Amino acid sequence: MAIKNMFTKQKPKKIKYATIPSEAAKQDVPEGIMQKCPKCKKIMYTRELQKNLHVCFGCGYHYPMRAHERIKSLLDEGSFRELDAGLSTANPLQFPDYEEKIAADRKKTGLNEAIVTGVGSIDGYPSAFAFMDSSFRMGSMGSVVGEKITRAVEEAIRLRIPFIIFTASGGARMQEGVLSLMQMAKTGAAFKRLSDRGGLIVSVMTHPTTGGVSASFASLGDFNFAEPGALIGFAGRRIIEQTIREKLPEDFQTAEFLLKCGQLDAVLHRSEMKEKLSFLLDIHQTGGGER
Amino acid sequence: MTGLEFEKPVRDLQEKIAELKKFTSTSEVDLSDEIEKLELRLKKLEDDIYNSMTPWDRVQMARHPNRPTTLDYISYLFEGFFELHGDRTYGDDAAIVAGIAKYHGQPVTVIGHQRGRDTKENIQRTFGMPHPEGYRKALRLMKQAEKFNRPIICLIDTKGAYPGKAAEERGQSEAIARNIFEMAGLTVPVICVVIGEGGSGGALALGVGDRLFMLENSTYSVISPEGAAALLWKDAGLAKRAAETMKITAPDLRALGIVDEIIPEVRGGAHRDAKRQAELMDEVLKPAIKQLLTMEQTSLVDQRYEKYKRIGGYAEQTTGLKD
Ligand SMILES: [Zn+2]
Repeated sequence: MAIKNMFTKQKPKKIKYATIPSEAAKQDVPEGIMQKCPKCKKIMYTRELQKNLHVCFGCGYHYPMRAHERIKSLLDEGSFRELDAGLSTANPLQFPDYEEKIAADRKKTGLNEAIVTGVGSIDGYPSAFAFMDSSFRMGSMGSVVGEKITRAVEEAIRLRIPFIIFTASGGARMQEGVLSLMQMAKTGAAFKRLSDRGGLIVSVMTHPTTGGVSASFASLGDFNFAEPGALIGFAGRRIIEQTIREKLPEDFQTAEFLLKCGQLDAVLHRSEMKEKLSFLLDIHQTGGGER
Repeated sequence: MTGLEFEKPVRDLQEKIAELKKFTSTSEVDLSDEIEKLELRLKKLEDDIYNSMTPWDRVQMARHPNRPTTLDYISYLFEGFFELHGDRTYGDDAAIVAGIAKYHGQPVTVIGHQRGRDTKENIQRTFGMPHPEGYRKALRLMKQAEKFNRPIICLIDTKGAYPGKAAEERGQSEAIARNIFEMAGLTVPVICVVIGEGGSGGALALGVGDRLFMLENSTYSVISPEGAAALLWKDAGLAKRAAETMKITAPDLRALGIVDEIIPEVRGGAHRDAKRQAELMDEVLKPAIKQLLTMEQTSLVDQRYEKYKRIGGYAEQTTGLKD
């Protein structure tokens, strides 16, 4: 028996043809008719904000975006075919209270886990996708997140299409301990495999992308992008401040800071995201693929 | 009007013609005959002056503040240029711009030195003199181009790699050396064009390719004429003499077999008409890429090796030690 089977329930790989938003996810409209920008305090209609891809009209603050909303904002209508929607955690370490927390987040988000994966297209260019959703367990990575990403990458290899991931994660999932840590290796190995076959990998880091996620697949794109203002880093600000006994600059570990430090190809505003990804997919039509 | 010293007679005559034209338009006297004659004379004078430019004249032209830069050529020649940043290690060097774009529909990676077009931008871009992170960004994107089988176009325009403390600490030499080493082995076509100054190793770090082109009035040299004069004759004032001696102009490098083709410039220099200059570059670039794309990856690398192997001047005596 393969080692993974010791921890995950044996389930046949399910391919769901329905588009992602489950009923519960659809109902998850942010509180109220009006919303206040946490950065500039501007009051806006929630509806208008939604139409503006959850970007503040005042200061350009990028609100966290739900996976299904990203799919809707980027992919060709009806093109998304979700993969492995049925995968959920088996609480492999029998960690106390873990299952209750998962159940609560399932109910809250309408998702089985902190990521939605699948195959779809942008302006007709096919690609495999993974969208992390920070509203589920802070987007933390456990066995399910790691497995779903790996399977989506395998699908990209099989179909010889690119792989695009939107990350949003606090890092490894504590309740799955070292199994979480090893998802960094599993996803990293999958990325290497796709890359060696000439596959295109695009990583878009959104707020927040930290810890084990920033230190694995999020940083392994042929192109690494980030949304404006996104927090991206390995160690947390508090830990660093305590260690070096210094106050860190205000913009420390922001997307803009990382761009200056040479870590990102570009910071992309949400309004230009689709156009840029479409151009990348277009330019890699010729020249990409197996060599 | 920013004119150069050797162009002064042209400028004087142009001013005189302008004066007469103005006079004609505001007075009863018709001077059009006179103007026509002068315009003919101007044409001849321009021919004389621009066809007999000295190396030092070309140095001035290559350094002209209004000379088109990498970003100017990118805007005229490529579609959808998407600039990419960073070496993924230390920083993003604005002295080198790089990105992906389409060239006549063909995906390409474009990399070039970038001078500033005013003082503020020059400070931000350290006058187009890169730090190691600039070269490492360039290399990162060259390797990316190789992975996706995209040709690479490098535009060279630098006085040299940045001479500074931080640059040395971060391995300026290693960065330049690494680029030379890796560029020699790239399995995709690499075309390099000197558009302004090609200053030493700082230029060569973007300059190892299958084809090397030079704009007519660009220069390429192991050291600036001023630097050479200071080293050789302890007098930077002798830069002009150094420029004549060192063989740094496009025709010189063509004669030495280093440059494959000279891209003609707009009369009076590229800065007179950047758009037209881009068209002249296009006429050389387009067939070259087309031809290189038909070549096998291994023969591309072998041919590149042979190209550089041929360069050098030496005498050889049979020593009997080896045959
Ligand atoms: Zn705001």
